[in-house]
This record gives sequence, structure tokens and C-alpha cells, in this order.
Amino acid sequence: MEQDSYGMVNIQVPAEHLIEAIQALKAYEKAPVQLLTDLCAVHYPDKAGKELEVVYHLHSLTQNLRLRLKVAIAQDAATVPTLCNEFAGANWMERETFDFYGVKFEGHPDLRRILNMDQMDYHPMLKQYALEDETRDDKDDQFFGR
Amino acid sequence: MSDLIFNEKGQLRSLDSIDGELATLNLGPTHPATHGIFQNVLKVDGERIVSAEPTVGYIHRAFEKLAERRPFHQVTPITDRLNYCSAPINNMGWHMSVEKLIGAEMPKRVDYMRVIVMELARIADHLVCNSVIGVDTGALTGFTYMFQERERIYDLYEEISGARLTTNVGRIGGFDRDFSPAFMDKLRDFLKTFPARFEEFNSLLERNRIFMDRVIGAGPITAERALSYSFAGPNLRAAGVDYDVRVMNPYSSYEDFDFDIPVGKDGDTYDRFQVRQEEIRQSLRIIEQALENMPQGSYHADIPSFYIPPKQEVYSSMEALIYHFKIIMGETPIPSGEIYHAVEGANGELGYYLISDGGRTPYRLHFRRPCFIYYQAYPEMIQGSLLSDAILTMSSMNVIAGELDA
Repeated sequence: MEQDSYGMVNIQVPAEHLIEAIQALKAYEKAPVQLLTDLCAVHYPDKAGKELEVVYHLHSLTQNLRLRLKVAIAQDAATVPTLCNEFAGANWMERETFDFYGVKFEGHPDLRRILNMDQMDYHPMLKQYALEDETRDDKDDQFFGR
Repeated sequence: MSDLIFNEKGQLRSLDSIDGELATLNLGPTHPATHGIFQNVLKVDGERIVSAEPTVGYIHRAFEKLAERRPFHQVTPITDRLNYCSAPINNMGWHMSVEKLIGAEMPKRVDYMRVIVMELARIADHLVCNSVIGVDTGALTGFTYMFQERERIYDLYEEISGARLTTNVGRIGGFDRDFSPAFMDKLRDFLKTFPARFEEFNSLLERNRIFMDRVIGAGPITAERALSYSFAGPNLRAAGVDYDVRVMNPYSSYEDFDFDIPVGKDGDTYDRFQVRQEEIRQSLRIIEQALENMPQGSYHADIPSFYIPPKQEVYSSMEALIYHFKIIMGETPIPSGEIYHAVEGANGELGYYLISDGGRTPYRLHFRRPCFIYYQAYPEMIQGSLLSDAILTMSSMNVIAGELDA
């Protein structure tokens, strides 16, 4: 648990303790969490064994406190427990994360693609999929940055 | 038949026993009553909805992926296309997110100018939503008059940015130009004439018996369910929770202004309509205060490494030319960091989760789109209601396809 320079509290949680952590935060007397503000994933291809990070933004309205929970997981075993039982709104946010990053949410009632078409066979937000045609050399990263 | 589906209290019985007796109705993807591209596969018993299965993503444009290849200042036009009914709020939210990342302080004048533009956008957005609720109940008149007023707000955007719908207004670090005298004249004229016309529109619907009978009780949601579904904005406030980002986490000097946050009780279509109507009045109050107390000073911050200099200076001064080149070529010293910045969009908390690794473009950018999050409650809200109420519920939730699908 640490506070970053922008004032947000970041908490790293292992995947197996995620549900416990969320339940504890929801039941915490001083600042109970009511809102799952946002849920998304980030891909760090260079972090071996922790390539994917699922990020949860939580909000306690009574104390006006925002929290950021992070769950780091390996890309080849990208499974985290679902939050659908804790927050009804997690349903589509988890489907979106699955759609774009391939993170599987264990226990999700309806884990299907949501924004992309069902026939798609890859998860497009992963960093190995370049946005533009890789044979183009007029936009060389060496000269123009990433 | 209907007592097979509903018990004596009007609640739904278990679905398994009655499946096969129901009709399947495909509503959308393009249907004039859905105001955008939404598909819903409905199971209906007569005109009552038993279940709904929404399909979204018809206008998905991969904005988050696109943003990973674009320098920071080029992400602004993408944000226009999220909620295109109130594009300036999205633009300002993005500018403020980047400013938070680089730690830039804005002059008071920039804050006040932003507040004026954002509140105008909120009025435009709520006007569309509320007048369309009227259309869906069969009252077209108010809509035609309120669209004229929305056109006047678009004229105001045009004075600031040259564009009307996808405005791309402002810059990272402030505005590209000051408010022109023509803008000020038009704004004062708008503030003088709009309230009376708006109240006239309000009187067409608010206490209209036919309208009230149609919307009261249509598509309700409790505060508890709304919170569980991560609702925000007018839809959450209509359910009775007074959460507004402008008050909870003030940005752009919102703490300087005096305004009320209206809340509803039942979270039905009528409450959502009422909350938005009152928010329009409060937005007018904010604009008037901002105009009255507009501070003197510069219309942009003094951060030459991030603020694109005016074009005439680029052509005439060495400094400006260098900074222009550096910003456009992505040589600016953007710090690495991770921020979440939220603004009160017209539909609720519009969040920007931005991770920068110090490179030319965002490493990761995630938009917290209120429409996407609250539209998933739609099947629950319309279950057991009439088909025509479902149409009303959708328009009163103000689901915008661009924001939903990103």
C-alpha cells in the first residue's frame, strides 16, 4: 500500500485475495467503498510473469476517498476472480477487459466479447498488435518515438 | 397468459416454466426509436417485456488503441467522438488530465473560461435528452423549439473553436485564443433570452398530465442498485444519491461557484427528466457567476514546453518555432506517471485513466465512459414494463452510442 505523487492510494493485491480485499473494503467502517468506478487492464510485455495488470478504481463516497487496486498476473495464466457478486456493474467492465486483453474472470456469468465481433480470435489491446501496418517505414519509431 | 408470467402482486414468475409461450422481438440495431445503434433482443408477452439482451459495439472505433499511437495533443479529437452531444466537456477533461500529469497550474481565467464552455455543453446535452423524452411520449413541439436553442449553443462553440459538433476546443495548457467580443455578445444574448424559452418548454411537459402518466414509474431503479451498477451523474442523482464530481472533487475552480445539486427519489424517467431540467437552471447560474467574476489574465498557462504556441508567433519568433517543433515531434518532457482524473460529464463521471512512460504517446489510456457502465442496467430496469416504457427508459438514461462503444 502506497500513495503515489498524485495523491492516489495504490494497493497491490494477489489474485487469490482479491475478493477478500474487496469485501473488507466494502465493510470497512471508517470509509466503506460503495462504487466500483472503473475496471481495466494494462499490458506490460517486459515484466516477466506479471505481464498483465488488472486495475480497479474504487470510491468511498462517505469519506470521498479513492483507491486503486492492482492485481498483477501472468499472461499465460491470466485468471482473476470476478467481482460480479460484489458489484453488478462489474459485469460489462470485465467483459470489456476480457475482450481487449484476454483476462479470464473466474465465475463470471456471461464472459463473452462485448465491443469486438464474436469471430475475432485475438485480444487487440495487447502490445504485440501494432496499430499500423508494420511494413511502413515512413513512421519509424526511431525518429518519431513510440 | 399474463397470470402465468406475473403473480398476483405483478411480480415476474420463474421464466423456465413459461419459455416457449413468449414472442421474440428484435429491436434495432437501427430503429428510429432507439436514437443510435443499439440492438436489443426482447422476449415479450404481448407488450410486456420479460427479458432483454442488449448487443453493443456497433460503432466501436478502438479509441484506446488509437490513443497509444498519438501524441498527447492529438488525442483531443478522439475525445470529441465519445459523447458527441457534449464534446467540450470531453475535451476539457482530457486537457485537465494531461495538465494533472505534468503538474501544470492554470490561471484562474482559464478555469472560468472552461467552466463556461463545459456548462454550455451540459445545457446542450440535457436539452437534447429531455426534449427527446418529449418526442418519445408523442410531444414533438418542445423538441423543435429546444433544438433551436441548442443551435445557439453550437453557434457559441463555433465562435470559440470554429466547429460545431466535434469541437476540439482548447489546448493542453488553456485555450488557443481568448473569448472574442462576438462570443461575449452572443453569450449574453443567450443568457437573456434562453431562460424564458426554456421555462416555456418546461411548462409544456413538467406538469402535463399525459406526460406525467407516461413517465412516472417508467424504468425505475433504486439507489442501492444504481450504486451497485456504478451509476453516476443525473441517473444516479435521480435515484437519490447526491454524488457530483464537481462538488466531491472540484476541478477547474468549481469550488468558487454557488450551485445546487438536484436529486430525485424514485429513479424513474420522470425523476431523471426533473433532475436534468433543474441541472440546466443550475448550469445557467454557474455561467452567470463565471461571467460576472471573470478574472483578468492570460487565456493560457505559461508552460511553453506543452502549450502549442499561436501560429503567427511560430512564423515570427525563434522560441515559438522551436517549441512548436518540439511539441509536434513529441520531444516534450512528459513525465512518467499514472493518473486518474474525473470530470462531471453530462452523463456522469467521465474518467481518464492515463499511464505515461515518458514517451511521445500515452502508454495506456482508458476512458471511464458512464454510458457504457450504466447501460448494462437497462435489461433490469425494463423487465416487466411495457415496450413503450422501455423506449422512454432508454432515452431518459441518455445512452449515447459514441460514448458507449468508444
